[in-house]
Amino acid sequence: MRVEEKDRPKTEHPNDAIVRVQLAAICGSDLHPHHGMMPDTRIGHTFGHEFIGVVDEVGSSVRNLSVGDRVMVPFNIFCGTCWYCARGLYSNCHNVNPNATAVGGIYGYSHTTGGYDGGQAEFVRVPFADVGPSTIPDWMSDEDAVLLTDATATGYFGAQLGDIVEGDVVIVFGAGPVGLIAAKSAWLMGAGRVIVIDHLEHRLEKARTFAHAETYNFTEYGDIVLEMKKTTDWLGADVAIDAVGAEADGNFTQHVTSAKFKLQGGSPVALNWAIDSVRKGATISVMGAYGPLFSAVKFGDAMNKGLTIHTNRAPVKRQWPRLFEHVRNGYLKPSELVTHRIPLDDIAEGYHMFSAKLDGMIKPLVVPSAA
Amino acid sequence: MTYTPHKPPIAESPDELRKRIPGWGVDLDAKDRPSVPKLQFQEDFTGAHWEFPERQPEKYPRERSVEHGMLTPVFGIAQPPSGVAGAIRRYAYTYSEGRTAHWLLLIAADRVDAWEHHLKSFLTLRPDNPITETGVKAEFTHNGLSSRFGQNRADVKHQWLDPVIVGGPWIAAAGIVYSGARSVARSLSLVGSDGHRQVH
Ligand SMILES: NC(=O)c1ccc[n+]([C@@H]2O[C@H](COP(=O)([O-])OP(=O)(O)OC[C@H]3O[C@@H](n4cnc5c(N)ncnc54)[C@H](O)[C@@H]3O)[C@@H](O)[C@H]2O)c1
Ligand SMILES: [Zn+2]
Ligand SMILES: [Zn+2]
Repeated sequence: MRVEEKDRPKTEHPNDAIVRVQLAAICGSDLHPHHGMMPDTRIGHTFGHEFIGVVDEVGSSVRNLSVGDRVMVPFNIFCGTCWYCARGLYSNCHNVNPNATAVGGIYGYSHTTGGYDGGQAEFVRVPFADVGPSTIPDWMSDEDAVLLTDATATGYFGAQLGDIVEGDVVIVFGAGPVGLIAAKSAWLMGAGRVIVIDHLEHRLEKARTFAHAETYNFTEYGDIVLEMKKTTDWLGADVAIDAVGAEADGNFTQHVTSAKFKLQGGSPVALNWAIDSVRKGATISVMGAYGPLFSAVKFGDAMNKGLTIHTNRAPVKRQWPRLFEHVRNGYLKPSELVTHRIPLDDIAEGYHMFSAKLDGMIKPLVVPSAA
Repeated sequence: MTYTPHKPPIAESPDELRKRIPGWGVDLDAKDRPSVPKLQFQEDFTGAHWEFPERQPEKYPRERSVEHGMLTPVFGIAQPPSGVAGAIRRYAYTYSEGRTAHWLLLIAADRVDAWEHHLKSFLTLRPDNPITETGVKAEFTHNGLSSRFGQNRADVKHQWLDPVIVGGPWIAAAGIVYSGARSVARSLSLVGSDGHRQVH
């Protein structure tokens, strides 16, 4: 990971815009290509899919944006009119990623998601400028805006995929930015009890204060699944949300075979715990990202328990109108998750700290030198 | 409880929850949840003013999944395939995404790509530097030790592997370069000793 001088990107399509980045962030997803787990991550690729900035140039067919507009850009690249986009599945757009049909287009996230350079940079090419970006409302802070481009939208979407009904017991695995937002959102949807599981004390502390949740540090229990059965009167939870994904800890073999040796698409420790911790007939929402290779998932348990498993990359823009209300009303305060602001020049250290979870880091922002 | 028809009771009533948690229940009605139901036709095409977008010019033969019926109208051109890694990647794209070979070849190409670039960087004024580029400096400036120890962290069990996996290939490469240089030096010194190379 190093800082390089590159040419300013050019418009390649009449509906492209070039955005000068003002603020970016590092996402848990960035760790997967950073650790070599995302196939077709090419040397020289600019990472980063959470960013806001100023429109610097627009292509000839752009109507909804002008030079100088301050925009927030969803992490999904999407066309607006393919079969998927027409039905609101922006993260599954079929017109932007020639490299794969199994995943849509994402900024700065390898060629498997389309080969677009990302936003941890001074300038970035933004395709379908009339469809993806929105101008930042005056009342919104920059830090809230940048976190709405991925982590906040994803956590909120993750709670929706849990199909929560009033009084449900919801377990959220992972107290990273996505899990913390999912936990808070579960309350908005009427959960009766929200439990957050992680092994990092500083994040569990945030889960108690920011997300009003009960917390469990899984290293303190020999068997976290059993603990969940005990605390739910042996029924199991109604809903579980996996906000951990491919690099899950808690099982040495699972972690090392995926994150270190790339023998499986991801370490499904949290997903397996989710499957085993919920009651029969429950719903599991998977926000944690996994690679395209197979993973050792306990599918038999999921099948025999009659579970409903809901998954997807978040269609960010679809969440915005309602999410903007929640932020404006103070129900969700994304900027409270920000712990560090890293100058772009120190990006290597920023990644190392986020990856090794040093210094109480929860959400790091990236500040380009020109901003 | 579980062995009877009744759901185990929740400790807090809705009123108590509403008092404790700002916004509790505002999205109780599924109609207020933007992604429920999953498929919702977007009459305004989310700002798009086309049914099928204009096509981005293809400036080099763009690799693509064989599961696509055509090259998508828009695509990234961040790093066109090049070198040995590029050849492996192009070959990988002859297999569908359903085939393990597709992904294993791409993962192998990523490692080849890394080493092609490390080697090339040694011919420049800014050679790759595994110390600065891994960001380990942060260990010393941002509480590497106190962040990890006495904290009950599960990841400490495997973090010792990171320097081995990241640093190991560099050390091996340095070893190969060193022994290569030594044997060149030895043969040069033999050449130097009596004017011609000894033949056995
Ligand atoms: N679906 C989407 O659209 C989308 C968008 C953003 C992020 N993601 C994915 O969501 C996941 C979380 O993202 P993040 O930014 O919060 O990342 P993060 O790395 O900050 O958080 C992950 C957390 O999980 C914890 N953890 C590890 N193993 C665990 C286990 N077995 N049980 C419980 N907790 C465990 C870690 O300690 C960490 O706190 C990542 O996999 C990321 O790729 C998906
Ligand atoms: Zn992300
Ligand atoms: Zn589309």
